[in-house]
Amino acid sequence: MNKTVRDLHVAAAELLRDDYVLLRLIDPTSTPMPPVAPGQFVEVLVSQSATTFLRRPISVNDFLADRGELHLLVHAVGDGTRALLNLKAGDSLNCIFPLGHGFTMPEADAAPSHYLLVGGGVGTAPLLYYGRCLKERGHQVTFLLGGRSRRDILQTESFEALGRVCVTTEDATMGEKGFVTNHSVLKQEHFDAVAACGPKPMMQAVARYAAAVGTPCEVSLENLMACGLGACLCCVEKDVHGHNLCVCKEGPVFNIEQLQWLISK
Amino acid sequence: MAHLQVNIGNLSLKNPVLTASGTFGYGIEFADFIDLNRLGGFIVKGTTLQPREGNDYPRMAETAQGMLNCVGLQNKGAAYFCEHIYPLIKDYDTCPIVNVSGHSPEDYAACAAMIDALPAIPAIELNISCPNVKDGGMAFGVTCEGAASVVRAVRKAYSKTLIVKLSPNVTDIAAIASAVEAEGADAVSLINTLMGMSIDIERRCSRLSIGTGGLSGPAVKPVAVRMVHQVARAVRIPVIGLGGIMNAADAIEFLMAGATAIEIGTANFIDPTVTVKVIDGINEWLDRHGVADVHDIIGCV
Repeated sequence: MNKTVRDLHVAAAELLRDDYVLLRLIDPTSTPMPPVAPGQFVEVLVSQSATTFLRRPISVNDFLADRGELHLLVHAVGDGTRALLNLKAGDSLNCIFPLGHGFTMPEADAAPSHYLLVGGGVGTAPLLYYGRCLKERGHQVTFLLGGRSRRDILQTESFEALGRVCVTTEDATMGEKGFVTNHSVLKQEHFDAVAACGPKPMMQAVARYAAAVGTPCEVSLENLMACGLGACLCCVEKDVHGHNLCVCKEGPVFNIEQLQWLISK
Repeated sequence: MAHLQVNIGNLSLKNPVLTASGTFGYGIEFADFIDLNRLGGFIVKGTTLQPREGNDYPRMAETAQGMLNCVGLQNKGAAYFCEHIYPLIKDYDTCPIVNVSGHSPEDYAACAAMIDALPAIPAIELNISCPNVKDGGMAFGVTCEGAASVVRAVRKAYSKTLIVKLSPNVTDIAAIASAVEAEGADAVSLINTLMGMSIDIERRCSRLSIGTGGLSGPAVKPVAVRMVHQVARAVRIPVIGLGGIMNAADAIEFLMAGATAIEIGTANFIDPTVTVKVIDGINEWLDRHGVADVHDIIGCV
C-alpha cells in the first residue's frame, strides 16, 4: 500500500462544537485516493500557526472511496490543532497518508460477529469508519461512547446509522452515569471482539474488562510522534518483552496481548 | 544543468545532498515519496555493535522552530543490520552510508569492521556526538583526546571513507575537527544536535524521559552555519554541513560557509520529499546565477 503526500482541498469544514471540526477532504485533481484502512491516520501540515513546527497526526474518521472523500475529526487541544479549526471550504491542507497499521478486519467470508467499539473524547473518531467497514461485511456493531458530559458525545446520528449506541457520562447528562466500563451493556451482551480508542486510562480499563471476559481487544494509541513514518522512533510503546514498538508504523492499533498494560496492572 | 558532483574523500556523490542519520530511517521508509536514487547519498540510523532499546518514552518535544529528541540510539545492532537491512538497500544507485556509534574505541572499531565488509556501503559516519546516551556517544566528542582515541581505533579497522560527526556542545569545535583530521578522518560532518531541555509547567517536569535532549530544526541553523564556517577554515578535509536545513536556500548557505556536501535531517519529518526539492533548488539557483559548477560557491563566504 503506497503512502502519498498531497495537497487536499477542504470540501466542507463543519464545527461540531466550539473545539471540534469535521473536515471533509477531497483531491482537487480528482486523482484517486490510495486505499485507507480503518484505524489508519493522516499527518497534517499546519500552516497557519507560528508556534507549530511538526505535523499533527489525525485519525481517519471516515473514508468514502467511491466519492474520493477523506474525513478527519479534529479536536483543538493546542496551537496546532486550534489552527485547524479555522480551515474553511476551499482551503488547502497538505496531508501524508495513509499511515500506520489499523484495526483488524475480519476475512470477507468470516461468520457474522458482534463487535464492541469503545471510544472516549476524540478517540471515537476512528471507530466510525471501523464500524462502517464491519457493518458492510455483515457484522453487528455496538458503540459505547463515553464523556464527562452530554456535550462530549459527538456524531451520535452517524454512529446510530451503523449500530446500537450506548453512552456513559460522568455527570449523567446523557446515557448511563459513570465510566464506559460501568455500562450495563457489558454485563448483558456477549461480544466476539472489542476495540477501544480514547484516553489511556479508559483504554486500559477496557483492556482489563476484555481480558476478564476472554474477548480479543485492540486499542489505538496516540503517543507523541514526529515523522509518522517509522523513521524517528520517538513514539515508542513497550511490548510484553520490553522491546519498543513504533506506534506510528507498527501501530497505532495494537492487540492488548502485545502490550505491557495487562502485566503491569 | 549545473555540475553537482562532489567528492568526500574517495567517495563520489552525484550531488551534495545527503540525509542525516536518525531522521531518514533506513531510506526505505521514504521510498513511497521519492526516488532514493536521486540522492547524493543517505545516512542510515545510528548502528551499534550490540542492539540497543534506547531511552524511555517520551522521547520528543516540539519547540520553537525545532524539536528536542532523546531517542538514545535505538537500533537492532550491527549483525541485524548486515543480515536484514543491508540486502534491502544495497542495490540503490546512490551512496548508503552507515552511522556508527559505540561505548568504547574498541566497540566502535568492531562495529566499523563489520560494516567495512559490506561492498555497497562506501563510507561510515562515526557518531561521537550523540547527547542522549550515557556510555560513550558525546562523551568522546567533547574532548580532542576522546575524539582522537575513537578515530584512531576505527581508522585501523576501517578501510573506506571515514566521516566523523562532531558535537556542537563544545568550546572549540575547530580544535576537535583538527584532532580527528590528524588521526586520519576523511571528512567531518557537523553539527549534531545541541543539548537542550523543555519543561511542562503544569506538571512541573521535563517533557523528556531523561530530562534533556538534542535540539534540531531551523532553530539551530545559524549556530550550525557559523560552526561549519569555522571548521572549514581549520581543516583541509571536506566538511559536511547540517543543522536545520529546510530548503535549497538553507543548503546553499552551508555550501557558501564551506561545506562540500550537506545533510537534511528534521525537515524530512515535515516534508518527506524535501531532499529532491533541495537538489532541484540548488541546481536552479546555480543556473539562475550562471554558476556552472557547485564547487564555485563552496566556501565563497
